[in-house]
Amino acid sequence: MAGSKVRTLFDKVWDAHVVERLPDGTCVLYIDRHLVHEVTSPQAFEGLRLAGRTVRRPDATIAVADHNIPTMGRAQGILEDDSRIQVETLERNVAEFGVPYFPILSPQQGIVHIIGPEQGISLPGTTIVCGDSHTSTHGALGALAFGIGTSEVEHVLATQTLLQRPAKNMLVRVDGDLPVGVTAKDIVLAIIGKIGTAGGTGHVIEFGGSAIRALDMAGRMTVCNMSIEAGARAGMIAPDETTFAYVTGRPYAPKGAALDKALAWWRSLPSDEGAVYDKTVVLDAAEIMPMVTWGTNPEAVVAINGVVPDPLAEADEGRRVQLTRMVEYMGLTVGQKMTDLPIDVVFIGSCTNGRIEDIRAAATIARGRKVAPGVRAMIVPGSGIVRDLAEAEGIDKVLIEAGFEWREPGCSMCLGMNPDKLTPGQRCASTSNRNFEGRQGPGGRTHLVSPAMAAAAAIAGHLVDPREYA
Amino acid sequence: MMDAFTKLTGIAAPMPMANVDTDKIIPARFLKTIKRTGLGVHLFDTLRYDAEGRERPDFVLNREPYRKAEILIAHENFGCGSSREHAPWALLDFGIRCVIAPDFADIFHTNTFKNGILPIKLSREICDQLMEDAKLGENARITVDLAEQVVVRPNGERIPFEIDPFRKHLLLNGLDDIGQTLQHAPAIDAYEASQRADKSWMPGISV
Repeated sequence: MAGSKVRTLFDKVWDAHVVERLPDGTCVLYIDRHLVHEVTSPQAFEGLRLAGRTVRRPDATIAVADHNIPTMGRAQGILEDDSRIQVETLERNVAEFGVPYFPILSPQQGIVHIIGPEQGISLPGTTIVCGDSHTSTHGALGALAFGIGTSEVEHVLATQTLLQRPAKNMLVRVDGDLPVGVTAKDIVLAIIGKIGTAGGTGHVIEFGGSAIRALDMAGRMTVCNMSIEAGARAGMIAPDETTFAYVTGRPYAPKGAALDKALAWWRSLPSDEGAVYDKTVVLDAAEIMPMVTWGTNPEAVVAINGVVPDPLAEADEGRRVQLTRMVEYMGLTVGQKMTDLPIDVVFIGSCTNGRIEDIRAAATIARGRKVAPGVRAMIVPGSGIVRDLAEAEGIDKVLIEAGFEWREPGCSMCLGMNPDKLTPGQRCASTSNRNFEGRQGPGGRTHLVSPAMAAAAAIAGHLVDPREYA
Repeated sequence: MMDAFTKLTGIAAPMPMANVDTDKIIPARFLKTIKRTGLGVHLFDTLRYDAEGRERPDFVLNREPYRKAEILIAHENFGCGSSREHAPWALLDFGIRCVIAPDFADIFHTNTFKNGILPIKLSREICDQLMEDAKLGENARITVDLAEQVVVRPNGERIPFEIDPFRKHLLLNGLDDIGQTLQHAPAIDAYEASQRADKSWMPGISV
């Protein structure tokens, strides 16, 4: 634990950011990077204004609009009044308070959790917060990154700190090698299936083991992104050569002597030998299959060769009621094979799976094939830079040729705040992170999958093992 | 800005559901506001209204006396999912000042305190007892006394609960966190200047 000699990755980053420890154990924690977006910040800036406060560290803050901007025809402006007002409010606020901002037509614009790492704003060993629960994504770099509410956004803007108590340490180790065709998304869905949506509550999860070490940065970000779906305060992965290679050369990353200094500190961050965790969970990578959620929370997940489970097999009455409701909402029958479920919509994108690697994975499956008749398949790159890179590689054409829509970057159908929504009853294979009732549009039915499975489902017209399309 | 929370006696609404996520508390499409107020009408929108926007008569907050509920009793992992503070804002705007459940998702738990809502963790067994009390409606008011740290059942039974002393202090006095933290401004200045916190390798952000 904090203060003792043997420390975890979390302990080390935490200790380095404690400004003051109050008598009751609450800490004033310093925040290195604050990411701001249009939906959870207006009331925070208003609070500053009313109290006559300023932003303490504009140079540690970056703002971008992502949640409710349209993903087509953006240059014509935002047609929805309430969305436009939120974006205009953000633009006024960043101008008034001097906060750096990537405008919506700039290539740097994108989903806040995609652009942080992409720009080198998110760095190992730092504390990173944002008014968005998927801030856990940045933990893939070995940062302590977590989502906060709007009051805390205001708190960070005003003080560059938060009042926090240390979390408990949890280790999730994935040992061995993943089978071919199984991805980071399948790993994290398998983990949530095992520990449940509250399995990480009160803890910071450190992901370790050879299967995690073998992941590229995009895969690590997918895993950390969904730590919040297991209830964890944050997810972290120890920085290593893969991390350093990723960070080096990015626009806001340190360079030259500063980089050498940073690397010396970053190399000291991995958990010490013999570090103690409050909880440890171990998975065997070899046993992980391509995964798909069947119900309305991320722990309601099965392997693609699985079937819709029987709620009556549950011992607990509350859970029986909940699972029965899920089967009904999702329009399923008990025992139905997942691969028999026809798909209306495919959504590839989000902070979970909107990086270039995810789009390449989709294009590999789509190449030379066609989206099944009646299926609407959309690709929403995570940032302007991802979109530009995909276009430079020509994979936009592969996807368009196959019948996918190629759209502009944003959160899009992950949460349906912009015009990209499911209609009631529509069934969607989605690479996003939440399958809650109505998440992608009222009455919509979401199955969370990897980009490979989403692309394969678009081609097949139903949920399918992507390895059949390799 | 935040109202103090001291003692409350009121109607409790029973909501025997686990994993009530923040999308359920307030769907994302209602987050497109630049204000904190006025969200109560959208609280539990999909549970509360049908596709045509009519109230579902079987939903607890659409029934008397629970339309005036100030306390909500629920099951495990209340408030899981997104960090949206619109969830406590919607609860508060409806009139809910206290949520009692076996446990809460972390971010939601923090957000409630910032808005003068008291989240109380009690065992599932006790929550179920309170759920039964709540089902009695108007005649079964529940009292929550923060200073004493007790929930008082309609039959007079006093159930103690735990709470972080610092958060209790802020709630009882309606204190703003930022004001508290700014009392530590010299420590923040010192941290920024210190060798331990040397961040000279970290470039500032400018566009």
